[in-house]
Amino acid sequence: MQWETVIGLEVHVQLATKSKIFSGASTAFGADPNSQACAVDLGLPGVLPVLNEAAVAMAVQFGLGIHAEIPEVSVFDRKNYFYPDLPKGYQTSQMYHPIVGPGEVEITLEDGETKRIRVHHAHLEEDAGKSLHEDFQGMTGIDLNRAGTPLLEIVSEPDMRSAKEAAAYLKAIHSIVTYLGISDGNMAEGSMRCDVNVSVRPRGQASFGTRAEIKNVNSFRFVERAIAFEVERQIELIEDGGEVVQETRLFDPERDETRSMRTKEQANDYRYFPCPDLLPVVLDRAYVDHLRDNLPELPDEKRARFQNALGLSAYDAGVLSASRAMAEYFEAVKEVCGDAKLAANWVQGELSGALNREGLPIQNSPVSATQLGELVARVKDDTINGKAAKEVFQALWHGEGANADEVIEAKGLKQVTDTGAIEAMIDQVIADSPAQVAQYRDAEPDKRGKMIGYFVGQVMKASRGTANPQQVNALLKEKLDALC
Amino acid sequence: MHDKTLTELAAGLASGEFSSRELTQALLARIDRFDGDLNSFITVTAEQALATADRADADRASGNAGPLTGVPLALKDIFCTAGVKTSAGSRMLDNFISPYDATVVEKLAAAGTVSLGKTNMDEFAMGSSNENSFYGPVQNPWDSDAVPGGSSGGSAAAVAAGLVPAAMGTDTGGSIRQPAAFCGITGLKPTYGRVSRYGIIAYASSLDQAGPLARTAEDCAHLLGAIAGHDLRDSTSVARGVPDYIQELDAPLAGLRIGLPREYFGDGLDPTVASAVREAIGVFESLGATVREISLPHTHYAIPAYYVIAPAEASSNLARYDGVRFGHRCDAPEDLTDLYKRSRAEGFGEEVKRRILMGTHTLSEGFFDAYYKKAQQVRRLIRQDFLDAFDEVDVLMGPASPTPAFDLGAKKDPVSMYLQDIYTIAINLAGIPGISVPAGFAGGRPVGLQILGTHFAEARLLNVAHQFQQATDWHLRRPALAEETL
Amino acid sequence: MALEHADVLRAAHLARLGLDDDEAAHYLDDLGRILAMVDQLQTLDTEGVAPLAHPLETTQRLRADEVTETDQRSRFQRCAPAVEQGLYLVPRVVE
Repeated sequence: MQWETVIGLEVHVQLATKSKIFSGASTAFGADPNSQACAVDLGLPGVLPVLNEAAVAMAVQFGLGIHAEIPEVSVFDRKNYFYPDLPKGYQTSQMYHPIVGPGEVEITLEDGETKRIRVHHAHLEEDAGKSLHEDFQGMTGIDLNRAGTPLLEIVSEPDMRSAKEAAAYLKAIHSIVTYLGISDGNMAEGSMRCDVNVSVRPRGQASFGTRAEIKNVNSFRFVERAIAFEVERQIELIEDGGEVVQETRLFDPERDETRSMRTKEQANDYRYFPCPDLLPVVLDRAYVDHLRDNLPELPDEKRARFQNALGLSAYDAGVLSASRAMAEYFEAVKEVCGDAKLAANWVQGELSGALNREGLPIQNSPVSATQLGELVARVKDDTINGKAAKEVFQALWHGEGANADEVIEAKGLKQVTDTGAIEAMIDQVIADSPAQVAQYRDAEPDKRGKMIGYFVGQVMKASRGTANPQQVNALLKEKLDALC
Repeated sequence: MHDKTLTELAAGLASGEFSSRELTQALLARIDRFDGDLNSFITVTAEQALATADRADADRASGNAGPLTGVPLALKDIFCTAGVKTSAGSRMLDNFISPYDATVVEKLAAAGTVSLGKTNMDEFAMGSSNENSFYGPVQNPWDSDAVPGGSSGGSAAAVAAGLVPAAMGTDTGGSIRQPAAFCGITGLKPTYGRVSRYGIIAYASSLDQAGPLARTAEDCAHLLGAIAGHDLRDSTSVARGVPDYIQELDAPLAGLRIGLPREYFGDGLDPTVASAVREAIGVFESLGATVREISLPHTHYAIPAYYVIAPAEASSNLARYDGVRFGHRCDAPEDLTDLYKRSRAEGFGEEVKRRILMGTHTLSEGFFDAYYKKAQQVRRLIRQDFLDAFDEVDVLMGPASPTPAFDLGAKKDPVSMYLQDIYTIAINLAGIPGISVPAGFAGGRPVGLQILGTHFAEARLLNVAHQFQQATDWHLRRPALAEETL
Repeated sequence: MALEHADVLRAAHLARLGLDDDEAAHYLDDLGRILAMVDQLQTLDTEGVAPLAHPLETTQRLRADEVTETDQRSRFQRCAPAVEQGLYLVPRVVE
């Protein structure tokens, strides 16, 4: 039987506010346990929440970024359950009236195809603390520093049909939130976390199969692996005559599998009701319009502009707009050198290669965008040839010289384009290579093209790489053919 | 000194007739002498009180005294008080020393008042008799067999017994007005949002409101002025200026339009209470007010709606008492569930458990619409009844409670206890202010007249109550206990 | 709506209140009577009435995004039943 995979994602994004969603405690990562848990975060008797303006603004910016409806009124509800990392015994969330309504995200697949994934809604809520399971006399330790950090939970429709689509969607969300600057997107520190709903159904069947929810999937790679494992598990189960049960599963990256969070607990009943300590959030049109007017250019807009206005291929446009840092670097190179295609080639080629080898993010590149732009400009105006340019790049990478011109000057890499000088070198090479000249003369005319390579190499060597290769080629052909 | 009103004591302090230390010492001695039986205090903070009184006297000497500097009072044990046990009348918080001050506590301290301690109350403010306290029942100073009312029973009894001139209470369904009525004193529940709830241990967040209990409306006006106002830490507190409540006390009542809700004078109203209230209304007529009957048609749905909304909010508000960060924790828990279940079973009393169970049930899947949503719809209808009434009259008047204080142990059945709040509970659902003033006696126990106004009409209520107290002397009557001197 | 013993046990579990069978029976009786009183609500037609969550229909005020709190851990943990290395301790949580 042919199976189809159906995937929906719930992505939790920690918003990059300075203080918590309902208190004035810091959200900084990595502080001493419970040193950033204030009275409100601890849920001390009598404390009350007050909503953070920046959390609201960031949620709305996200909504605008995915072309979502922004309802005028949103309401906070309490989700009631007991857990040691949940200080008040309820999580303040938005169940019935979320701050962001339906929207959509465009994803680009590896073959350059695009697909629209619908977002059901996004809502604001507070993060929980952390349980530390190291041994404290057989006890678990609770750190509530994270409690109250603002989260935006982005809930997709079940629109994805493969692990690759799910990963592409997660990347798209990542690039939107980092473009907007509303999250640092740091998955290793838990700034972005993901729950995956997976089901399978026979191809052509309209109704969905029973889904499993996989928790704790916290990297792009894990999303793909967790889904791949889970899909295989479900198909095998059904083909062996079993049934998928609706349950929560945990992804174990070390064993590369998902496993049931078996629990004897009765099914949870969260008893949502409107939080009486918070009032309805009303966003007036002017406020939303103001945020819309000040929205930065987003990845899909940028991609379209790179393709349409700059003439880049769909693939190049996609790669260069994938992150805000990459796009900004590329645009700066393009500004300096004045050639989008050359800039694109250099950013994706030489620069990305070097960054990958060193494991550096583009923000930390030793070669600045201005330096690279100046270098590319010298390629464009034929001051240096491609080979020399790579040498200049390496020199700049290792800090040898402040800019391309300085390196070109110091290393004498300036391209020789003076016909007289090149002809002199050619004449010398021909004079020094009687045997090769003879072979050339005796060869069939259609074989000669290949043989010219030897002479080009010798001339380039004589020029220490600085002769213009196109000129060398043309002049050599002319002179050798004259000898035939 | 103990027989003076707060206003008179403030004047005595201002004139140098006595110092705050002398006054504080005198009242601490009375607490020491009488509160063993009365049981109106959970914690007496004598040392802090004397230190605060000394600071107040120093402030006065250096010319930095305000109108309330050096005035002693007490706080219901629901107001978080830094460094002082704040129990909410519960075993759950018997070991809880609050690390911070409630906004009301801060404001009273800033006004220079001297807190003598924390008063007894029904556990987590759930009750109408003060019998639900972990610290035992409180006696009514008028009759030791009678309850003082609840949940602010300790505050009301302490004032009536002359242990303090005033005390702070909270009112979620009548918890200031009913004990004030039962103890023959004046108690004001302000408009929801008028006084910050920050640092007040929550019972039902959309209903809770703090207010003063004192001898007179004038005393209450002084205290409301000190505690009212917008608080950035409470999202539900209202950004609205605080009027000068004292200045408006003397406005004449001629032309005042009084409405008598028909539903507040029906079956179940003790005839002696009814005649006392009618007599009080006659006083207003003699002061130039006009009286007409009015209807609040959804009155009988107020108790059912309240007993859905309040327990639902409470079930969630009280989930934080889990034995992890503060409060009671059971011995040697086997596992997490055992920690929760045993700590909470041991820490909470019966009425609190009843309401947690009730609220948990009505919020749970399959019941939410039938109970919670329905109750909120009814809540709107109840509020609309009042808004419609205030289109036609300035204030509403009626009894604060259908009976005078009942005997300790008389109401065994929770529902019959709940029905006691028939005249007070709708006011919290509507969020309007109400005041109870002494208006006579029934069987030797005090009767309270309740006066209601529209949202933020506290100045008018205090004015109306004050004018009544200028024309009557019910508020000057004292139980024998308060007449006793040391 | 009739209340059953299982409903009380379910609510007790959701609310993490330890109850033995006798207590559950006692509360079943109490809650049954309270719910019977509450059921008067069902006699009222509320079709089309918007639920009222707060007595004053005002809207949420927003707080500026500023860090205003300092570390008060030792103060807050003075009232905690069990702490170690700054962490609140609970019986081992098994995931």
